[in-house]
Amino acid sequence: MQNDQLALAQTRGSVDPRVKRPLPAWVSTTALLLPTYGWLTLAVFLPLLTMLGFSFMSATPMGKTPVEFTLKQYRAFIDQPYLLRIGFNSLMMGFWTTLFCAILGFLAAVALVRATVGKAREALLVLILLPFWTNGLVRVFSWTMVLRENGFLDNILHMVAPDAGSISILYTRYAVVLGLVHGYLPYMILTCYIALVTIDDAIIEAAASLGARWWTILYKILIPMAAPGLISGAVLIFIPVIGSFMEPRILGGRVGVTMGTVIEDQFTQAFNWPLGASLSFTLLAVVLAIFATFSGVLRGRTAG
Amino acid sequence: MTNVKVKSVAKTYGPIPVLTDISTEFPEGSFTSLLGPSGSGKTTLLRIIAGFIKPDEGVIMIGNNDVTNVPVWGRNIGMMFQSYALFPHMTIAQNVAFGLERRGIKGEAAHKEVDRALEMVRLWGFGDRTPKQLSGGQQQRVALARAIVIKPSVLLLDEPLSALDRRLRQEMQVELLRIQRESGLTTIFVTHDQEEALTLSDKVAILDRGRIVQIGDPETVYEKPLTRFAAEFLGDSNFLSGKVENGAVRLSNGTVVRSDSALPGNGADVTLAIRPEKMSLATADSQPNRLSARITTVIYAGPVLSYILETPDGLPLKLFAQNRDGRVLREGETVSLSWSPEHTIAVAN
Ligand SMILES: Nc1ncnc2c1ncn2[C@@H]1O[C@H](COP(=O)(O)OP(=O)(O)OP(=O)(O)O)[C@@H](O)[C@H]1O
Ligand SMILES: [Mg+2]
Repeated sequence: MQNDQLALAQTRGSVDPRVKRPLPAWVSTTALLLPTYGWLTLAVFLPLLTMLGFSFMSATPMGKTPVEFTLKQYRAFIDQPYLLRIGFNSLMMGFWTTLFCAILGFLAAVALVRATVGKAREALLVLILLPFWTNGLVRVFSWTMVLRENGFLDNILHMVAPDAGSISILYTRYAVVLGLVHGYLPYMILTCYIALVTIDDAIIEAAASLGARWWTILYKILIPMAAPGLISGAVLIFIPVIGSFMEPRILGGRVGVTMGTVIEDQFTQAFNWPLGASLSFTLLAVVLAIFATFSGVLRGRTAG
Repeated sequence: MTNVKVKSVAKTYGPIPVLTDISTEFPEGSFTSLLGPSGSGKTTLLRIIAGFIKPDEGVIMIGNNDVTNVPVWGRNIGMMFQSYALFPHMTIAQNVAFGLERRGIKGEAAHKEVDRALEMVRLWGFGDRTPKQLSGGQQQRVALARAIVIKPSVLLLDEPLSALDRRLRQEMQVELLRIQRESGLTTIFVTHDQEEALTLSDKVAILDRGRIVQIGDPETVYEKPLTRFAAEFLGDSNFLSGKVENGAVRLSNGTVVRSDSALPGNGADVTLAIRPEKMSLATADSQPNRLSARITTVIYAGPVLSYILETPDGLPLKLFAQNRDGRVLREGETVSLSWSPEHTIAVAN
């Protein structure tokens, strides 16, 4: 009798009150996602939103001037056309830095993956990451020692050819790109390295057995297969580089006026936070537009 | 479609000799298996022929060309790997066309060749897929198509089927053999599956610690092993040792065993190998060679019965019997075994 009831209860699926009812799915999902989204909100969206708010203000909300809502900050590029040229120069700086990083970083990663094994590889990887760990300011200033007139580079040249002039490139755009490449190269090496180590040796051997020489293997196998690494490296480098201000300032001197330095000036010198914020967002929009076009082109090419 | 010659090839890694004085020829259009235990140097030999490894000594000839110093990409070889090694970012057709492109064959001509190769491996119409969309067996067939489409001088395969399950593997063996026969490609096949080696090859080469101990057609290598290692590695063998006495062999227990093999002079030590399936339970008209032994284990495997036996002086023996007359012997029974002198092979230790 009792057994029958039990069986009946079970087939009906009625729930024993002592058994804890599982939480509804949405509760657990929310609980699990909360740390991630909470952190994103705190660390990314709140500051961004605050900045977005600033960009619509007529003045920094800390002075005595009354603050109003305005769109005029976003007209900066129209009102001050020299900003266009600076913006273009910044993009070019980003382009060249990313390009040199991509070439050097990819080749370095290939060498690392294909020519070394085990301990030697780990040691080299650490050496490559060293510039990453040094203070950026120290790194950039040491470049001035190397590049300035009668600096390290000139000294070496004069040892070989005493009558030669100075080859100082300090305070030129070359110096800026050089300093930036030095600082950001590890990103590219790392992302390419990660993409390349996953390629099975047999794939490269198969290509060689089919008649491919090293350059064919490079551009038909390694580059396409490591493209995700190259792309993420490029994104990781391009964005901070066009906003950078330390390297342009120290190594570029007079020519080192970039969007990064202009924006920094708005915050630290001119105390015009709204303009700095609006310039930042304009730059962000341009970068996003570039990436959107770029990824569209890439997708179109792989599909075609 | 040429022959391949390997002359006195040697290779050492540090102090360890991996290959020692390998000299052999792979005739035009033949299918040769390199068979040997793990670490015997099969892969090393194959990779030396392919050009991935430079031998310390020796010469590799493909046809009439000395290719010892020719890099991989110049040797015109077809290669298949255990891991398939398809290019994941290319379609099947692009994979197959890769080697053609390197030879300057493009467009319509390449297209035709690719189609023909895919047809040969029964994957026609799969050209637009990517490797990820194919099963393991299909991927390996693409790899085969990619290797043969370039009309290589020699096809090199390093355990290409060992990643496949049993059924697929047998299917692929049949395919591989058919394609090899159709194309007439000189093929060198590394395996450590002896059954695969026997069923596929015209020639089997048995490697032991960096040396080819025996090379020949499967029947000869199986029926007439030259060394104890070959007899043991390819198939199963019973070994009897004794001393030569008047053209026969006297075992330590006094039994005299006759052999058709050429025996050394009187008093010399000799090892005889007898395949377990060549022995049978003695009847009245049985062979001259006899031993009595006690059954210790019976392994019932359906069509074949395996018995593990022991002679009174402790020598272990194996006997494979057809499950024909329905009588299964019991453990503990003592039986008399007999076999013919023809199947009694003197082997080197
Ligand atoms: N690059 C290398 N450096 C040092 N030793 C090596 C190297 N390659 C192979 N060996 C050694 O050479 C021997 C033969 O290796 P090989 O790969 O040719 O064996 P194999 O017959 O193919 O074995 P398996 O059946 O396991 O594939 C092994 O003892 C191996 O340890
Ligand atoms: Mg091997």
